[in-house]
Amino acid sequence: MITAGIDCGSKNTKVVLMKEGNILSTASVLSGFDQEESAEQALNSALEKAGIKRDEVKHITATGAGMEAIKFSNDTITTITADARGTYLLFPSTRTIIDIGAEEGLVVKIDDQGKVKDFGINEKCAAGAGAFIEAMSRALEVDIETMGELSLKSTKKIPMNAQCTIFAESEVVSLIHQKTLKEDIIRAVHDAIADRNTSMVRQIGIEKDVALIGGVANNIGFVDAMNKNLGFDLLVPKDRIAPEYVSALGAALIAQEKSGG
Amino acid sequence: MSNAESEKEYWRWTESRYTNPDLSWEDGDIISAGVDVGSVSTQAVIMVDGELYCYSSMRTGSNSPDSANNAMDWALEGTSLPLDKIQYVVGTGYGRVNVPFAKRAITEIACHARGANFIYGPEIRTVLDMGGQDCKAIRCDQRGKVTAFLMNDKCAAGTGRGMEVFADLLQVHINDVGKMSLEVDEEPEPVSSTCVVFAKSEAVGLLRKGWPKEKVLAAYCSAMAHRVVTLLLRLGIEEKFAITGGIAKNVGVVKRIEDELKLKAPEPSIDPQLAGAIGAALFAKALVEKERKKA
Repeated sequence: MITAGIDCGSKNTKVVLMKEGNILSTASVLSGFDQEESAEQALNSALEKAGIKRDEVKHITATGAGMEAIKFSNDTITTITADARGTYLLFPSTRTIIDIGAEEGLVVKIDDQGKVKDFGINEKCAAGAGAFIEAMSRALEVDIETMGELSLKSTKKIPMNAQCTIFAESEVVSLIHQKTLKEDIIRAVHDAIADRNTSMVRQIGIEKDVALIGGVANNIGFVDAMNKNLGFDLLVPKDRIAPEYVSALGAALIAQEKSGG
Repeated sequence: MSNAESEKEYWRWTESRYTNPDLSWEDGDIISAGVDVGSVSTQAVIMVDGELYCYSSMRTGSNSPDSANNAMDWALEGTSLPLDKIQYVVGTGYGRVNVPFAKRAITEIACHARGANFIYGPEIRTVLDMGGQDCKAIRCDQRGKVTAFLMNDKCAAGTGRGMEVFADLLQVHINDVGKMSLEVDEEPEPVSSTCVVFAKSEAVGLLRKGWPKEKVLAAYCSAMAHRVVTLLLRLGIEEKFAITGGIAKNVGVVKRIEDELKLKAPEPSIDPQLAGAIGAALFAKALVEKERKKA
């Protein structure tokens, strides 16, 4: 039986297609203005990759900030539940999940059965989310994909005073004027967002193992800063699925259950 | 960005300078000055016996000493007053310790309260200073002495910088934002996001829905007003109440703050962005008097 999980993020809409517990395909498109249209496109692209027809999909579960807009889904689940399910499948030893998306950060604590015990959320401030790194990459005129790699080349730790994304933009510009090396500035950017997320996790309480998911987990500079802050290595999805698809994976798993699979 | 229109810098507010035609520095006893190096703007104010003689207000550059020098040079331009005739200079604001010719640095909280007392009169008990990168609610006594304050300097929501971002986004000159936001028949729901980054995305969504610029600006001005009112209410308001800083010139925000508080803020007779530098110049005058007493 085939099911689909759709994660309607504030920036990207992701789809995971599953068949009997196996991942068939994934697809991601920009969420844009019409979220249902974007979800449709992402689903079609995933279907095409897997070589299956729409009517073979028995159940569709939506999650994420824009989930209510997906009228063609059978049901919806919260990002917290989706994160718990998706991460538990990939790393059953996980007890704490950190999910950093484009516009929000989540911490979810789960037990040894993958059940949600507690969670925390930041959706009020861009400074702890992917939008922060994106704004800094624009100010620095550095492609966001290369931010991670570049920051690992830095040999100098410099402080970042601004907390707010808007103020940090001006700070980055003045650092550029002072001829600070780009890699050192980028490292400071990653340190700043890692510090904010570390304190969010500490508030909820850290229990090992800790997994990092969400689009920002693709940034190796941010992962490195988080690992240094925590003093151990985070589990980051890599081989089976990319970190930004974990919520959609969780939704697809729940869709399997709901339809009796 | 490709076309010239989108390259226009809408946030760039008008810099200004002024000399009081009715005063001459040669006849004065105490010549004092205050320089307020803020994160966004820098003001230099020169006073003759506690009366406003000349001033300049300009954009802060990439370093504080240069910004202070430039503002002072421009304030003195055309006045025949040489810098070394100024007996005492006090620096204030974010860059206050980097004013090369200042004898002393005093916090902007003290200076704004003192400046508001000068601009609006001794009945002022609560001052809301809306600066470029921070916002302060200050309580003071009849001499303009600070008795309590609260401040937000961590987040751009409720600051001038936040308004500049919106001026750029909507391509409306910052000087016109307030007036334009009042050109709506009905007050819309305020922008719901606190964070300026998210508020920007929200505004883009509203424009796509077909909202005219005035309506989007109205929604943002009222969100900003609500945000600073929260700060004021936490501190507690005692009448009379006045607003200083750059946003005091934005009628859209001021009117909405007044409506929410059901209080009227007096019209400023002098540019309210000068309050910090005026306060600093008044402190400088008091310090000259103190030195004289000692001698």
